[in-house]
Order: sequence, then C-alpha cells, then structure tokens
Amino acid sequence: MTNQRPIREGLFTWPAERPQLLGSRCRACGEMAFPSQNDCRHCCGSDTEIVELGDRGTLWTWTIQSFMPKSPYHSDETPETFRPYGVGYIEMPGGLRVEARLKENKPEELAIGQAMSLSIEPFRRDEDGTEVLAFAFQRSEENA
Amino acid sequence: MDVAIIGIGLHRFGRTENMSGLQQGAAAVRSALKDAGIEWPQVQFAVGGSQDAGNADSLVNELGLTGIQFTNVWNGCATGGSALHSAYSAIKSGEYDLGVAVGFDKHPRGAFNPKPGDWGLDDWYGEVGLMLTTQFFAMKIQRYMHDYGISNDALIRVAEKAFHNGSLNPDAWRTTALSYEEIAASPMISEPLRKYMFCSPAEGGTALVLCRADRAHQYTRHPLFLKAAVVRTRYYGSFEVFSPAQAPAVNQSATVTASRDAFELAGIGPEDVQVAQLQDTESGAEIMHMAENGFCQHGEQEKLLREGATRIDGRLPVNTDGGCLANGEPVGASGLRQVYEICHQLRGSAGARQVPGKPSVGYTHVYGAPGVSGVNIITR
Repeated sequence: MTNQRPIREGLFTWPAERPQLLGSRCRACGEMAFPSQNDCRHCCGSDTEIVELGDRGTLWTWTIQSFMPKSPYHSDETPETFRPYGVGYIEMPGGLRVEARLKENKPEELAIGQAMSLSIEPFRRDEDGTEVLAFAFQRSEENA
Repeated sequence: MDVAIIGIGLHRFGRTENMSGLQQGAAAVRSALKDAGIEWPQVQFAVGGSQDAGNADSLVNELGLTGIQFTNVWNGCATGGSALHSAYSAIKSGEYDLGVAVGFDKHPRGAFNPKPGDWGLDDWYGEVGLMLTTQFFAMKIQRYMHDYGISNDALIRVAEKAFHNGSLNPDAWRTTALSYEEIAASPMISEPLRKYMFCSPAEGGTALVLCRADRAHQYTRHPLFLKAAVVRTRYYGSFEVFSPAQAPAVNQSATVTASRDAFELAGIGPEDVQVAQLQDTESGAEIMHMAENGFCQHGEQEKLLREGATRIDGRLPVNTDGGCLANGEPVGASGLRQVYEICHQLRGSAGARQVPGKPSVGYTHVYGAPGVSGVNIITR
C-alpha cells in the first residue's frame, strides 16, 4: 500500500472519512483564521483554539493559473505535463474565505457564488514514493 | 519644516545589459545631482532600496565615500514610497537640510518568485502554487468587476492608454502603442487579465534630491514641494496579496487610509489634483486605485475610461508616462519614477506627454505586497 502524508499537518483532518479544513478561532473575539495561528490578528490577543472550518463553501472569486509557476511551486509536473489549475477563495460557513486550488480550470466551469466542496488528493510524491496530500475545492451540486 | 524637491534623475527603465542595477541607481543619482546643480559631497544623507540588485548603501562605492548616513529600506513594491517618506521625515524633522532618495533594481526575466518564509507563510502555500501576485490581482479585479459592474472593456482601455502614453515617452521601456484589438486578443494569463494588461519585472533607477523648502531657491528657481508623504499598511479584513485566507470582516485597503491621510496633511482634496500616478501593476489595479484614492466612486471607472477622462487631455490624467505597464517594474525604483514623472508634469517639461493647462498639483500612489500603500502629494 502506498504511504500518504499531508503536505502539512494541521491544514485538514487526516486520516478521516470526510476530511474537514482546520483553522483557529479566537476565544476572546470569536474571529477565525486559516491556517490556524496562536495569536489573533483581529483583537491582538493570544488565546486561540483549533476548530473545524467545514468542507463546503461557495466560490467568492477565482482565476486560472495558465502557466507553470516557478519555484517555490513544487509538484511532479514538467512544463510539458503541466495542467492549468483554478485558484479561488471559498467562503466557508462562518464567513472566513479560504484560498485554494480548484479542480476546474476552464472559465465556463467557474462562477462567483457556485457551491464548492473540499477534496483531499495526492499532489506529488516524495523521493521514497510517499504520496503528498494537498487540499483543493471542486464544484459541488449540493448547497453549502 | 516644509520639504522641496530640487533635483530629479532617472536611468531608463527596461533592460540595460551592460550595467548592474547598482550602476543604474548611481546613474540616476548623478542625473538628479546635476539637475539640482550640486555635487555628491554636499549630500548630507541618503535613503535607498532595491529588491534584487544589492544593498542601496553600496552606492557610496560608485558615488564617493563621504561618510554620510545611508539607510537601506525595503517594502516590496512600495520600497520607493518608503524611501521617499524616510527622506521627507528626516528633513521635515529638521535633522538634515539636504538628502537623496534613490531606488534601483535589476530583476531576472519572467514573474517574481517570492519565498513564503519571507512573508510569514509556510512552504506548502508556495509549493501548491498559490504564491503568485498575478493570481491575487486577477482575483481582486474579478470580484470587483462582479460587485461594481466593470467589464473587460475597461481593462483593455487602461492598457491602451498606458501604451499610448508610453509611445510619447522617450524614457519608457515599451514605446510602441498597442491597439484595442491587439490587447483584447493577447494571450490570457490569469483570467480576466491578459498579457498586455500586466507589467513586467524590469531594470532601472530613479533618484530625487530633497532639501528644506526655505533653502530651495538657493538651488533652483522652480522648486516643487512635497506637501505630503504617507505610508500605511493593511487592516484586518482588507483583501491583500499572499493571503491564505481572508477575514469574515471586510475592511478598506491601506490605500484608502494612506490617501485620506495624505490629503489631510496637504490640506487639499482629490478634486484639486490635476495629474496622478496610480499603481498599475496590471489594468485592474489602476481601475480599483482610482476609487480607493478618492478620485471617483466605485463602479464609475467604466464610464470615465470610455470618456477618456484619464487620458493626457482628460479631466484627470493618470499614468502620463505609461505607468508600470509601459515602463515595467524595477521594484526599488518604481515608486520614485511616479514622483519623477509628476515633477516633469509640474515643471512643464514632460514634452509630448505634457498635460495641458500648467498643472500645479500632482499625486502619486504606490501599492506593494503584502498590503502597503505610499501616497505623495506634490505642488508647484
């Protein structure tokens, strides 16, 4: 069986049957952040807790990355195999807007307000063959 | 103490294969000193910045080791604005009488490749392909177009104007005007922004000589006055570049407060400005910055652009030298180029791109990652 690891611990619940994005919530003022942080950039306090942000949201804005980015981009692609990808901000329940890769990569597939769902997928492989998992969003027919 | 601008110098933006970025900075300083009619040993202090072309204080190796205070600044694309603000403050405080603000750069070809760690972000953010300024600009204007009814027509018109103005500016990098159709048909880079709607990283240098206003007439019969220099950073809730998430709260951009505070300091309002330079990293930025700087309401830009209000012969000429689109962006020098152009316009020395009617109030605005804005107001 192929080993898998998240690209970074703490971005989403893993392993999980239905992974959720993880963020932090300030115990003093209630503001949320992604990725989670110890300090609150809203009220300047330092009392935060890790919370699940959910796995559904709506598309707030988007674009399409048409060319292969230079470093620090780190995938297994070559300029020949590179596939354009969407990028957007997903408005999560509670109002936090999270930036993510989108599986759709054509303008006609994306519209502001579209319902989106979280997807955890292999992004590249480590040298030892371990699959590195990253999060992305894709169109969903369900309402958020 | 009021602050005057008595000398301006520029090393042409674009590509200069046989000169380092530092040498281009030194050329700009020499040109500014000559314009002010002074020599380097008369300069009491300097402030400078570059992103990719070395430490600005290395300029003393080119210009002369006179022992002066030389401070390096770096604030992303707002580096020039921050260098000018530091020099302005040093003279305004009364500590120094005469100094230089300088910026220069020499970037490799292609897009910038910032490192997440330099911006307080984790590596994964860059690895998965989210660390691109082009994406941010595209997503900000995409939402703005949705909210305020701006169409692709406006994006094309901004680029068309920039390259037209560039064709009138012998110092511009891009001196060939591009037609509406050529811009509209150029390759899509980051939806909705096309190739000719983006500026490119470039090379070049700009320098300004500043002195206390009551001494300005010793050097020039036509001094200009820096009535306000303001730099502000982002608020909680503003939509900025390199943000893995945006807060639920929505707040105004740092540009709005930098602009408001600059107008207050200068004691004038947007209606008094006769020529402006607004950060146009791409077409959409100029559109949003027209409103964020108080020159129109959100959504009004479409009509203003169609009427030609921001052309050289319009009601409020914007980016008369072709802006970042036609000049490219050497990060360290870019904000000071805006001031250089305004000085030419107020002196009446802008040649084929001169704004008619002898403008006497000019405005510059620079915006940089991750949410820094610098605004200057200059008068005759």
